[in-house]
Amino acid sequence: MADKLGPLGWMGVQFFGRMSASISHEIKNVLAIINENAGLLEDLALMAGKGVPLDPERLERVARGLMKQVQRADVIVKNMNKFAHSVDDFEKSVDLQDLLSVVVRLALRFADMRRVTLNLLPASAPVAVTTRPFLLENLLWCCLDFAMDQAGSGGTVTIGMEKTVDGARVTFSGLGDAEARTFPSQEERLLAEALAARTELDVEGGRLRLILSEANPGGTA
Amino acid sequence: MHILLVDDEEEFVVTVAERLNMRGIDADWATNAEDALAMARAKHYDLAVLDVKLPRTSGLELREWLARDNPGMKFIFLTGHGSAEDYRVGAAGAAHYLGKPVSLQVLIAKMNETLGIKDG
Repeated sequence: MADKLGPLGWMGVQFFGRMSASISHEIKNVLAIINENAGLLEDLALMAGKGVPLDPERLERVARGLMKQVQRADVIVKNMNKFAHSVDDFEKSVDLQDLLSVVVRLALRFADMRRVTLNLLPASAPVAVTTRPFLLENLLWCCLDFAMDQAGSGGTVTIGMEKTVDGARVTFSGLGDAEARTFPSQEERLLAEALAARTELDVEGGRLRLILSEANPGGTA
Repeated sequence: MHILLVDDEEEFVVTVAERLNMRGIDADWATNAEDALAMARAKHYDLAVLDVKLPRTSGLELREWLARDNPGMKFIFLTGHGSAEDYRVGAAGAAHYLGKPVSLQVLIAKMNETLGIKDG
């Protein structure tokens, strides 16, 4: 299958699959918590039926917990929807802050698992770029995945962005000095080429920069 | 029956422990492998219910560490993962693999079965 898709297509399918699996895992966790809270309410009702007085504060805590999980699921599903729609247009103008927010939100569970904190800085002004949204999400994920590995357990990866003369720059800082794996890999380099982007790794400064050129988003036009 | 529940979703694991305690089952909880190992050093547990994916490690690794220090401890995996995990979990020697969400009745039945306790 990978042969027919080509390396970029296969990378994209793998990225989509990995994110979908993570989202489904998060939703399962939300459902499990809702299920347990509903079960607890049932337990309390059964106990009340046997004459044990109901504690209103306890009930309120359960209700608050349920509402919190519904809100959590709403955020997950809204982000999943934005991610799914990123393949609607092969190339278009996007707000980089919005697109980066989608990727950072998708990465949160991976960050939790590695005990890494993600800190997305708000852009001082909207950063609109003409790009290939899904490919850019994939490349941003590759950068973030590498940055989280480099930050290590207990680290914080700060993500900032700024407009440049012909595009935009995304900076990932807080990378530790652990022995780096090869970055970008051959596939990641192909992805960057397809976006006319390039990465700059500053090992001493603990920073990774992704530089996007809006003048030639496809890199071959 | 002394049960150790380990899951990184605190609200989930706290509520399951509370509901088990309401049924007279002694259940403690932890949200990471380090705490779980420390708890198992301080107290005897007959069975551990582990999430497959934990911060910085996996439930499969935690099972190995717990089993090494606590011969005779039994294990059940509880996870939100899909079918791909089934094979790995099955190979890891757990008595049962349960997908989230799971009813407490099913969980208790599996715990009893694993420990050779007759229901009721």
